[in-house]
Amino acid sequence: MASIHSRATARLMLSPAVILLLVWMAAPLVMTLWYSLHDYQLLMPRGNPFLGLENYAYFLSDPGFLQSIGNTFMLVMGVLLITVVCGVGLALLLDQPMYGRGVVRVLVVAPFFVMPTVSALVWKNMFMNPVNGLFAWMAQMFGADAIDWLAQVPLLSLTLIVAWGWLPFATLILLTALQSLDTEQKEAAEMDGANAWARFLHITLPHLSRAITVVILIQTIFLLSLFAEIFVTTNGGPGTQSSNLAYLVYSHALLRFDVGSASAGGVIAVVAANILALLLMRLVGKSLEV
Amino acid sequence: MTARATDRQRKLAFTFVAWAVATLIFFPILWTVLTSFKTEADAVAIPPKFLFFDWTTDNYAEVWERTDYLRHFRNSVIISLGSSLIGLCIAIPAAWALAFSPTRRTRGVLMWMLSTKMLPAVGVLVPIYLLFKRAGLLDTRTGLVIVLMLSNLPIMVWMLFTYFKEIPRDILEAARMDGATPGRELLHILTPMALPGIASTLLLNVILAWNESFWTLNLTAASTGPLTAFIASFSAPEGLFYAKLSAASTLAIAPIVILGWLSQKQLVRGLTFGAVK
Amino acid sequence: MTSIALKNVSKRYGAHEVIPGLDLEIEAGELVVFVGPSGCGKSTLLRLIAGLEDVSSGQLLIDGRDATRLPPAQRGLSMVFQSYALYPHMSVRDNIAFPLKMARRSKSVIERKVNDAARVLNLQEYLDRKPRELSGGQRQRVAIGRAIVREPVAFLFDEPLSNLDAALRVNMRMEIAGLHQQLGATMIYVTHDQVEAMTLADRIVVLNAGRVEQVGTPLELYRSPATLFVAGFIGSPRMNLLGGFEARQYGAATIGIRPEHVALSSSEGRWRGKVSLAEHLGSDTFVYVDVDGLGTITVRTTGDVDVRPGDSLWVTPEETCLHRFDEHGRAIRQGPPQRH
Repeated sequence: MASIHSRATARLMLSPAVILLLVWMAAPLVMTLWYSLHDYQLLMPRGNPFLGLENYAYFLSDPGFLQSIGNTFMLVMGVLLITVVCGVGLALLLDQPMYGRGVVRVLVVAPFFVMPTVSALVWKNMFMNPVNGLFAWMAQMFGADAIDWLAQVPLLSLTLIVAWGWLPFATLILLTALQSLDTEQKEAAEMDGANAWARFLHITLPHLSRAITVVILIQTIFLLSLFAEIFVTTNGGPGTQSSNLAYLVYSHALLRFDVGSASAGGVIAVVAANILALLLMRLVGKSLEV
Repeated sequence: MTARATDRQRKLAFTFVAWAVATLIFFPILWTVLTSFKTEADAVAIPPKFLFFDWTTDNYAEVWERTDYLRHFRNSVIISLGSSLIGLCIAIPAAWALAFSPTRRTRGVLMWMLSTKMLPAVGVLVPIYLLFKRAGLLDTRTGLVIVLMLSNLPIMVWMLFTYFKEIPRDILEAARMDGATPGRELLHILTPMALPGIASTLLLNVILAWNESFWTLNLTAASTGPLTAFIASFSAPEGLFYAKLSAASTLAIAPIVILGWLSQKQLVRGLTFGAVK
Repeated sequence: MTSIALKNVSKRYGAHEVIPGLDLEIEAGELVVFVGPSGCGKSTLLRLIAGLEDVSSGQLLIDGRDATRLPPAQRGLSMVFQSYALYPHMSVRDNIAFPLKMARRSKSVIERKVNDAARVLNLQEYLDRKPRELSGGQRQRVAIGRAIVREPVAFLFDEPLSNLDAALRVNMRMEIAGLHQQLGATMIYVTHDQVEAMTLADRIVVLNAGRVEQVGTPLELYRSPATLFVAGFIGSPRMNLLGGFEARQYGAATIGIRPEHVALSSSEGRWRGKVSLAEHLGSDTFVYVDVDGLGTITVRTTGDVDVRPGDSLWVTPEETCLHRFDEHGRAIRQGPPQRH
């Protein structure tokens, strides 16, 4: 009696969120799918004849396509690698006894709250600019030639900029996980004759594994749709050297106004993300208590 | 005594290293703030001027007077707060139901919600753009509030769910035994216990929405854009005045960096969906 | 003072039957303990009485009136939870006052009753603290205080001591017993710890898989267990249970003999075995003797006996104290336990 009643209430409470998300996800996806099969130019309204898979062929044959897939992969992997490795190191450092830990923490965390457009522009102009940037000045001091970072190594530059923003996130999470490690475990290992490196490898790292998978999952969600940093620094260039899949779709849609091929790209991005999501959920699903 | 001394030395050494690394990580922000107080000439000077330059607040005055900073700031506030508050209204009942009336499908629903967040935004950019254009929502604050609310809804439900799940059922039962009616149970027991979780969810989502820069860049033009779009307009070559860019940037990030510092603790458990506490 | 009666009460979750029709009478002023291994349904039974779970079928009478469909708050019962279930955001004072506030009692009444309860439970100094600032024992007392102030017709305790350490547990056990004497109220107490059950109860209800195995005073249960399950569950160290040939000699499927009813001898006796372990408690000694073909026999003897592992000894059961059980595990009462 009471339980049946409350179950109905529960369904009622849950349904707005579920319906909204379903509409938000399904409706545009169906439209994307429809556009992707038709000829749809925003600037040349001439009816929308059915094209079959032509848009896909067009998008896939875009010389930037393969590169954008590679770039997406490199960006995600590069940022993950830097943030996880440096994050573990930083977390271990911040876990040590020191004076003013609170302030240190605040300084380390701050970049996470800087909006992408700001961080990208600051790095682009004040650090990576080949004439007035700090890096150029440093290169000069060592007698080296200044590098035009965003023109010569655009992908690496972007990776650095983005990693700077996400490093605090990884550090903070790993530090929190580190602090929940039972000190008795470490002491037991010490009694068992494990040196610092062995303790890190056999006690600390396994303890962090759950936090690391969570960091990877969350960062991947955000890194896959990286956009603003590219938008304000390289515009995907030179050429398409620093376009990721998201940026390529954007350029088809809102720069070339080719809705059909952009939609095909969107569908491809969704399929790719789904494959990745499936893998990640398998990996991380267990780490989330439900 | 010697052990004590080495402990102290260790601590000093770690302090030194940690401060050095922290300063390095913080440096871009520090540099931005410093540059914002320079003249344009000092801002591009090589070798760079670190502390010894003519401190000036002209850049702030100019950003304030010459640009629409205030309007964009207001847009950011309305969009981030609006989307978070509306999102809360929808997410709270959902998370409540998931936490307190779990069924066999609860886990599935939660995982599905998370998976919608993994859906790349570009996959739906085109139709959203066209739909908004047709509905007159393009370049409006309302439109952005809707989009950001929807795109953060899964995160909100998840965060709230993990907070609600920690309210022990025993306590609700004790309240029932103590004679609390559902209304008074909500007022005296549930609300005070759930409030911290709701507050930190709100805080985190305001931060996320404030910095969101896919939809804000793609769905707005000049007038209704939040600060993310405002700053992006400086990427045009004619906007390349470092000192002014720095002043505008400082103004754009200051409120949220401060808010972020206050919410560090909640950030971890919130963004990891309670998996790391 | 209030009596509670369950008439053919059952509880099903879907197709899964946790409690098949069960009858039980609890008399006014009695302290009844539900005891059994985890999963035996004792907590479910308590929650059915509390009204936190709906009865699937059957009837619950409180003071002769049907309370089967009453909401929990209207049954006039108080419950002390295993986790204490204190409201974390309220002070001790507000926690204890909460049920009175819900009953819309006047401020002065609330004040007086809270202070009374605090005095009884030695909580006066802690009234303005939050639960997280209290020790386990203090939290437990607050939970009891919250239960007392409502002046319930009966108290329900759901494993209230299981989160406390051993010394505190003994103390709180005595406090609850004292409270029962002081208030004379009907109490139902759930535990998996048979020592708690034996020391506290007026009557014990032994539950197994949702069924009542036996109801009786602690000594009745100890002296004449009605089933093999009760025999094995009540008493520490456990009763020695033997099957096979030895049992058949007494016309039973299983025979049982309590450790204190087994005699030790170095020279003669019924069974010969080797001591595997001797636990010297000071007041008593528990000797574990491995007998070929029978397994380990536990013997409880005086504290001053000098036995060491490896010693070869004779053990002899006191025949008049043998318990006999049939193949269904039911006690055989007819006839003296004589060897055929």
